[in-house]
Amino acid sequence: MNIKVNGNDQKIDREYTVKELLDVLNVKMKEYVTVQLNDEILSRDDFDKIIVKDGDTVEFLYYMGGGSR
Amino acid sequence: MNFSNEQLERYSRHIILKEVGAKGQQKILNSKVLIVGTGGLGAPAAMYLAAAGVGTIGLVDYDKVDLSNLQRQIIHRTKDIGKDKVISGKETINEMNPDVNVITYHEWISSKNIIDIINDKDYDFIIDGTDNFPAKFLINDACVFMKKPFSHAGIIRFEGQTMTYVPDEGPCYRCVFQDPPPKDAVPTCKQAGVLGVMGGIIGTIQATEALKYILGVGELLTGYLLTFDALKMEFRKIKISKRKSCQVCGIHPSIKELIDYAGPQCDLKEDHK
Repeated sequence: MNIKVNGNDQKIDREYTVKELLDVLNVKMKEYVTVQLNDEILSRDDFDKIIVKDGDTVEFLYYMGGGSR
Repeated sequence: MNFSNEQLERYSRHIILKEVGAKGQQKILNSKVLIVGTGGLGAPAAMYLAAAGVGTIGLVDYDKVDLSNLQRQIIHRTKDIGKDKVISGKETINEMNPDVNVITYHEWISSKNIIDIINDKDYDFIIDGTDNFPAKFLINDACVFMKKPFSHAGIIRFEGQTMTYVPDEGPCYRCVFQDPPPKDAVPTCKQAGVLGVMGGIIGTIQATEALKYILGVGELLTGYLLTFDALKMEFRKIKISKRKSCQVCGIHPSIKELIDYAGPQCDLKEDHK
């Protein structure tokens, strides 16, 4: 099945929960990443409940500090 | 509108734009922008806003200019090393454009002073040019409470991000990033490095957003997170939504007072070890 991850097409072999997907895709900083699924920002508590399905769009959003010192 | 001949010439490239005109330039001259942090992001933002003729620019920073700042914090010069950043910033702006009234706040922002600072001149727009998450969440929460628009940004290595919050019009920073990450979980520029130009690119976008807001033209980065990857030379404008469960701007907000997460003062002490 095909999903979109941060704007790129990505093939995955089956449906996964968001929590599993973080491992399958080896997402960096998985403890702190924000996940937006089809325009909805997910609560971290729901990562193991929500399933990513064929055609879904996933955005991994990262904290970025920096700026001053 | 009472422009001097010098002002007509200084701002002629603005005035000729149909989106700006004499009316728009007058709005810019009457506007007040607060810039928190006069570092990598705040320096270029302050300089472009000063050149544009923003009438009142507030600079907030407790830090002093360090040699390691000069690779990117272009408002400060070699001769300014050791000087308070707000003073060095004010001097540069005064040299650039005498139309700008610079107000300096030589302090770290906290729950105790941020509301007073924003109220001091009733700033129209706030630019977050800070380097730490306690400050970023504090600015967000204060702006949500006070119904003030602000531009968030962050830079690290070859990457940057920015978004614009406008009250009642889109998500806040906390909608996207719910709480500050644990200390040291996310690297700082000091730990990870940053290409000097990143502040220029992203800070100048923040200044652009401030000017567009003041002029009331175009579309802001409200409801979008703009990310930039300099190595790929790729911008992505990611649509982001308000989170109903947001602790500060959601339907049932649980945060009703400003929070001081681990203060930046601790970082300062470490800096001087």
